[in-house]
Formats: sequence, structure tokens, C-alpha cells
Amino acid sequence: MILLDPTWTAVLYLVSAVCFILALKGLSSPKTARRGTLIGSAGAFLAVVTVFLSSKLDNIPWILAAIAVGSAIAAPVARRVQMTQMPQLVAMFNGVGGGAAALVALLELPHAGDAWVRLAIAFTLFIGAVSFAGSMLTFAKLQELMTTRPVVFPGLAVLTVVVAAAALAAGAVLVVAGPAWAAIALAVIGLASGILLVLPVGGADVPIVISLLNAFTGLAVAASGLVLGNVLLVVAGTLVGASGTILTRAMAAAMGRSVQGILFGAFRGGSTAGSTVASDRPVRSSTAADIAVLLGYAQKVVLVPGYGLAVAQGQHTIAELQGALEERGIEVSYAIHPVAGRMPGHMNVLLAEADVPYESLVEMDRANPGFRTTDVALVVGANDVVNPAAKTTPGSPIHGMPILEVGDAKQVVFLKRSMRPGFAGIENELLFDPKTTLLFGDAKASLTELLAAVKAL
Amino acid sequence: MDGVALLTITVLAVFVGFEVVSKVTSTLHTPLMSGANAIHGIILIGAIIVAGQAEDTATLVVALIAVVLATANLVGGFVVTDRMLEMFRGRRKAPADPPAAGEEGER
Repeated sequence: MILLDPTWTAVLYLVSAVCFILALKGLSSPKTARRGTLIGSAGAFLAVVTVFLSSKLDNIPWILAAIAVGSAIAAPVARRVQMTQMPQLVAMFNGVGGGAAALVALLELPHAGDAWVRLAIAFTLFIGAVSFAGSMLTFAKLQELMTTRPVVFPGLAVLTVVVAAAALAAGAVLVVAGPAWAAIALAVIGLASGILLVLPVGGADVPIVISLLNAFTGLAVAASGLVLGNVLLVVAGTLVGASGTILTRAMAAAMGRSVQGILFGAFRGGSTAGSTVASDRPVRSSTAADIAVLLGYAQKVVLVPGYGLAVAQGQHTIAELQGALEERGIEVSYAIHPVAGRMPGHMNVLLAEADVPYESLVEMDRANPGFRTTDVALVVGANDVVNPAAKTTPGSPIHGMPILEVGDAKQVVFLKRSMRPGFAGIENELLFDPKTTLLFGDAKASLTELLAAVKAL
Repeated sequence: MDGVALLTITVLAVFVGFEVVSKVTSTLHTPLMSGANAIHGIILIGAIIVAGQAEDTATLVVALIAVVLATANLVGGFVVTDRMLEMFRGRRKAPADPPAAGEEGER
């Protein structure tokens, strides 16, 4: 049904595009962020209404049914997912978006007029397939359906070169002549490339890959906009491509790594491999009562939350502990590493869920000078982001990553489940330092004990 | 629309994207990733167009799969982003002001 002429269609798509820009702009402050997202979703809704009113479409009942099915699957998952599982969910949504872009490109092939359009189709098909397969594998790694360690096998480098050459060949045939078999081949090669891209990436680097694949999907969507001659897809896809690129670079910087090093580091032999073996070197462990005394008579306490806190669902308990300490007149803040949790900013989301005011969260650059005047640094379920190996051990997988310098505090307390190394699989020398005390146990259980002991002081 | 006009729009969008995203506070990097993720779900428009043009069953089936996937991306992405941002309620005090004792009791 064509109710809108091309001019009005273009104007409405422009409004949608502006809504998307405002959605991203809103994120410059937590105060405006939610309104921005509402504007963005209104823009998306407007765009969908516009496409129905402006194009001659058959099969409308089927399309509406498919939209209903997609919403019915995604909305409950999005409502119920735990905040700790956010990285997996983002990877999953990113993957299906990439898959959709690849399918759209595949179906547009018979309508492609010239080689330029086929070039955009080839690009969308390949990048969309890479994004789909890569994201699904990332999901499997984060969900721990498979090992989180880098998977490398002999001949991986050769295989990667062969696959890249095959992609170029199939792409060239597709652009020049446009046979359907070349398109299918390119999609399959894209799926293989996505798997080869993510397999050698170690657990700690996986979030960077999500961000990179997010940028890829954006670019695939932008290219599909060129195929369909749809300006909104071009603008929205380009925005996502730009944001994904910036985030990927920011995250890589926060980990002291280069993007190339993350993707291809494993080829150079074991650079992201670590150990999963628990150490048996002596450490000083203590009871909750003793640590409560340490905390309760301090003047300044810095809480350093990590992924272990989130896994144990201890966010609410740490917020209560903060309150109990503050009632005793102790200065309490949280030091947040940019990659604490499994995604940049992930810890902020987890603490926000526990109603910790975002004003008491201190970013790494501001937190580090403060550790010298800190009486007790309480590290809860974090390991890699406070590991001095990042500064002192050149061969370490995390070498070069900026860390929270908790070693500068007068006392360091670690709440840990066991002596097993963290996500990146590297032993932490700080655990064996004379000023370090450990309290073993599940983060939430330990925090509950500490909270009771502090209140009893 | 001709190629040069589309290219112009693409280049301008790159600059807008870099400009807007570089101002996003690092506190909100996870919602940013999820929000950007939702935005590329707008590929739904493309999926609807190819499904609406489908002339044979096989094409229609593949196109409808694309519609389902794109809708999941778009709807799920916005819902989860909103859910995250809902939790970032600021306190009544100025930023960088450490929370005072006793505030816990008021919540």
C-alpha cells in the first residue's frame, strides 16, 4: 500500500535517523540516557510504520506474524536476563542482526542492477556472516558452553590465509558476474571466517571482540542500505559502525592491548594463554571478624568490585556494607576498572542494579592516586584488574594493561572463592604480599559475614 | 538516490557518529554497546522490504527468518538497554560529592 510519496518517506526516515542520533547523544549523562533510548525506540517504530506505508508490499500478514514472533522471543529474554549475563545477550542480539543483514543481501542479489550494487551485496553478505558466526561463538565462550581459553591448532594461520583468499575469490566472482552459487559460497566462507576470528581469542579479550563485531554488523547494515537505496539504513549502520570502532579502541586501550594483538596475538604462540591450576604457595587468610576490625577502624576504605562479586549476586550486600561503614564515619568509595566485569562499564550497571549511587563510583584514573592514602582496599571477586603482573612481568598476557594499584593501600583484603587464577588465568603476586589478607568463600557469603561482624563492632 | 549523495550522507554520518559517541560517559559504555546494538536492528526495514517483494515461497521463508532475527535484535536491544538505564537513578546530591552517612536508611 503506497500512502506516502517519496518526499514524505524521506522526511520520515530523516526524523528516525535524528532519533537514533539523539539516542546516542542521551548517553552522555545517566540523567538523559533513558529518555534518549525512548526517543531511539520511537524512531525505530516510526521507521517500521513508514516502510509499511511507503512501499508496495505483498505478504503483509506473514511479515506482521514474523515481527510478532521476533518480539515474543526477544522481549521476555531481554526483560529476564540477569545483568551478569549482559555480554552474552549483547553478543546474541548482535549476531542475529548480522545474520539478518546477510540474508537481506542474499535475497537482493537477483535485483542487483550493476557491479557496484553487487559489491555492496558481497560486503554485507560476508561481514554479516562473519558477525553472525563470530557472535554466536562469543556467546558460547561467555556462557561457558565451551572453553574460554584461546583455541589454537597447528595450521590455523595457514587455514586463515586460505579462507581469506577464498573469500576474495568468491567475492570477485560475485561482483563481476553475480551467480547465486558465489553468494552462497561467500556466506559460508564468512561463517568460517567468523569462527576463525573468535576461536584464538582468550576469555579476557572476548568483550573487545563483541564490540568489534558490533561495529561489523553496523557496517553490514550500512552497506545493505546502499544495496536497497535506503538512507536510514546507511545512517543508522554508519552510526553503529563509528560507535563500535570508538568503543573497541577505548577498550583495547583500557587493557593495554592493540586490537591486532587481541585478534592475532594467539598466532604468535601462547600470548593470551594462562593457567587454570590453583597455586599452593602460602598465603595469609583470616576470619571475617578480624577483617571487620580492620575495616571498622579504618578512615578510608576503597571497595574494588570485580566479576566474582556479580557472579555471586553480592552487589546488594556490598552496598549494605558500604552503608554500615559510612555510618561509622568511614570514607567509602568504589574503584572501578574500565573492564571490570566482562564488558566496559559492566560493573557500573551491576552496582546501579544494587542502588549504589553512580556518584560514589570512582574511575581508575581518579582512583589510583587515592590508594596511597587508603587504609584498606577491599577487593571483592576481582583479580586480573589489580594484578601487578600487568606492570612487572613483560611476558604476562595482561602485561601493559593499566591496573587499579591496590598495592599502594596500607592493607589489602581479597575476598576470593579459591586460589584458582581469574578469568585471564594468571597468578596474582599481590596475594602473597605481607600486607595482604585473604578471606576465602563465595563473595556474597563473605560479604554477609563481614557485614554482620562490622555491625557487631 | 544517486551514489554521490549516498556517499556524502555516509561520510557525514561517520563524523556525527564519532562526535556523539566520543562524548558518552564511560559509566554508560555497556548501555552504549547495547543501545548501538539495538540501532542496527533497523535492518528490519530491509528485511520487511525483501519479504514484501518475495515472489516464491523459498524467498519468502528466508526473508521472514530475516524479519524474525532483525525484530529480535531491535526489540530485545531497546528493551534491555532501557532496563539497564532505568537502574541509573542519580541521587539527590551533586556529582562527585561522596555519599554521606545515613543515606542508606532513606532508601
